[in-house]
Amino acid sequence: MSSSNLNEPKRIHPHKFTLWVAMGSICMMFAGLTSAYIVKRNQDNFLQFDLPKVFWYSTMVILLSSFTIQLAVKSFKAREMGRYRSLITITALLGVAFAALQVMGFSNLESHGIKLTGSGSNAAASFILVIVGLHMLHVLGGVIVLLVTFVRAFATRTRNYNSAPIEIVSTYWHFVDVLWLYLLVFFMWIR
Amino acid sequence: MSNEAVLHGAATSHDAHGDHHHEHHHHETFISKYVFSMDHKMIAKQFLITGMVWAVIGGLMSVLFRLQLGYPDTSFPWLEDLLGKWWAEKGHITAQGYYALVTTHGTVLVFFVLTAGLSGTFANFLIPLQVGARDMASPFMNMLSYWFFFTASVVMLSSIFVETGPFSGGWTAYPPLSALGDASPGSKTGMDLWLVAMALFVVSSLLGGLNYIATILNMRTKGMSMTRLPLTIWALFFTAVLGVLSFPVLLSGFILLIFDRNFGTSFYLSDIFVNGVGALPNEGGSAILFQHLFWFLGHPEVYIILLPAMGMVSEILSVNARKPIFGYMAMIGSLFAISILAFLVWAHHMFVTGLNPFLGSIFVLLTLLIAVPSAIKVFNWLTTLWRGNIRFTPGMLFAIGFVSLFISGGLTGIWLGNSALDIHLHDTYFVIAHFHIVMGVASMFGMFAGVYHWYPKMYGRYLNNTLGYIHFWVTMIGAYLIFWPMHYEGLAGMPRRYYDYSIWESFKNFVELNKFISTVAMIVFATQLLFLLNFFYSIWKGRKVTSQNPWGSNTLEWTAPINPGHGNWPGEIPEVHRWAYDYGKDGREFISQVEPIGADESHH
Repeated sequence: MSSSNLNEPKRIHPHKFTLWVAMGSICMMFAGLTSAYIVKRNQDNFLQFDLPKVFWYSTMVILLSSFTIQLAVKSFKAREMGRYRSLITITALLGVAFAALQVMGFSNLESHGIKLTGSGSNAAASFILVIVGLHMLHVLGGVIVLLVTFVRAFATRTRNYNSAPIEIVSTYWHFVDVLWLYLLVFFMWIR
Repeated sequence: MSNEAVLHGAATSHDAHGDHHHEHHHHETFISKYVFSMDHKMIAKQFLITGMVWAVIGGLMSVLFRLQLGYPDTSFPWLEDLLGKWWAEKGHITAQGYYALVTTHGTVLVFFVLTAGLSGTFANFLIPLQVGARDMASPFMNMLSYWFFFTASVVMLSSIFVETGPFSGGWTAYPPLSALGDASPGSKTGMDLWLVAMALFVVSSLLGGLNYIATILNMRTKGMSMTRLPLTIWALFFTAVLGVLSFPVLLSGFILLIFDRNFGTSFYLSDIFVNGVGALPNEGGSAILFQHLFWFLGHPEVYIILLPAMGMVSEILSVNARKPIFGYMAMIGSLFAISILAFLVWAHHMFVTGLNPFLGSIFVLLTLLIAVPSAIKVFNWLTTLWRGNIRFTPGMLFAIGFVSLFISGGLTGIWLGNSALDIHLHDTYFVIAHFHIVMGVASMFGMFAGVYHWYPKMYGRYLNNTLGYIHFWVTMIGAYLIFWPMHYEGLAGMPRRYYDYSIWESFKNFVELNKFISTVAMIVFATQLLFLLNFFYSIWKGRKVTSQNPWGSNTLEWTAPINPGHGNWPGEIPEVHRWAYDYGKDGREFISQVEPIGADESHH
């Protein structure tokens, strides 16, 4: 951690550091949920089924969006504002597309007779809904933050040279990306 | 540079290494100063006063249910006039009213008073002032933290007024009772509101905790290394870490509970038959799963409540004994050990749930290990007092009272930590006595100590000392008189949560004792009103603070003006040259942290 060296003039921006702690906190929530999943899996009556194929497409979409937001940070630092604006727009759209694909995944399961909620639902399927759904909400939260950044990027009255906000957004974006990869591997591994 | 980045917002990225001017002339309206304030000191006061309102409500609830427990046969017709038929009928607290009171009392005291009211107040107030920062890492998030707490408060308060009553299944909200609206009246709308309030509360705690950690690690003034921090800050730091790591797990448990309640899933439910409804379709769930998720937060929560009190007590004892704190590094080490162990002992709340006895024995070992850092802390407090030049201010008395209560309550923890003894003692009044002394009253004492000690910094005036002494002695003696006898009741097997003990032959010998406990509880509650009077009277009419450093204390908050503005220090933030505990050194009574080390000074 950066805290030990006091004479170092350049310390991590406090908001960036706050984000790292927040990501640790989010990790704990998903750790709680996935360990609950493991506990349940070891009990009787845990339904076996395959993950919907559409989750693979959503994985590709979110990986692509990680790529575009990284390019956006790069173009912001290079002061190519036109390119920057279009890149964060694409990233936000990819985020929405990811959420839409996840929802398709849920309806896909339902259409194969695997009930996620209500009478006759199995905890195995409900867990997919809760965990994947919560992750989706975190992605949509990122989309909202991107929209704020987007509005700021079009405000031409004040010139903005501070790259900290977009760097924070991109770190978060990569985080939800990695979190999804973890969840995907987790669900494939531990059936 | 970090301070500037925060207060001046994102206006520029040209990192100014030079000297900005530090005067802040905000145009402050009533709304921006007192309501949606981003000044950490005002947010601290908001947390404190909201916490005090909750303490009165929660305390009054305990008086009401003690009235039922102490005087089950007496009729109080005024109760029905005051509370209405749902709560009190024919002068008696109803059974549903009793369970609603017990549940709300627990939830409110644990979360709203001793988490938000205690660490919300003092983390906000002390962290920037004691580490030498102009404000929190994110003042905006800090403001949000308070308003999430406030919203949670409003939702929780509203649940008291719904037709079916507030949630009444105990503060731990175990399913299936909490998951099934048909199970009890309190599990209907009351439980929905309870869950919404708690979810908002978790968000508030997380926003606050993130800020506290970031501020402590990133915003310390020049020269303030981690090992020069006052122990208050160390304690608040570990508190925040515990909160940030454990509250999300509670939230995940709540989310699954919400799905079970509202969307018909079966995470916690299996093979249930509800009287009047019939068999439920839910299959394959496990109620124990909730207990694991709940207590994974629930145990660290105990330390979230206790650590800030420990930190403040360490500071207050040292200042008022005019001696350096004994074993500073051991104090940090034991805080660290407690924080780690806090995550490894949750199953000791579940010894009798059918837990594998072998697993239980591991949790016994880990639980008893907590006695080691706890004992280190106690010895260090006692040795700090030893041969000190003690000033018995009300704050100091409450700090000493904390140590006393922590010892008394901690010792019974060794009993309860044994899974074999727990078979007899679990869910009895022994448990009630244990956690009320060690966690409830002790932390309340830490909070009082903090309020009395830092009141001059908060409001620029003193609290009345005489009222403070009366408040201390009545509360101290009263706390022991209330909770000590409960150990005997618990050992005799008297279970907790029962509505009326007088109908049980085996507990008839406790009728007079229960009456006694209830009477003392009322007296102690009335004395707290004296404190409230003192608090609010002194804000406007108290004796004015005339010196910058009334306690002769070393820490940074006493180098700020008596009524600091937003930004805390006019001009430069002071630089720190030494640790916080140079008391009675080289023939000097105290040496402030901002004083450079002299050429001929001895090593501490």
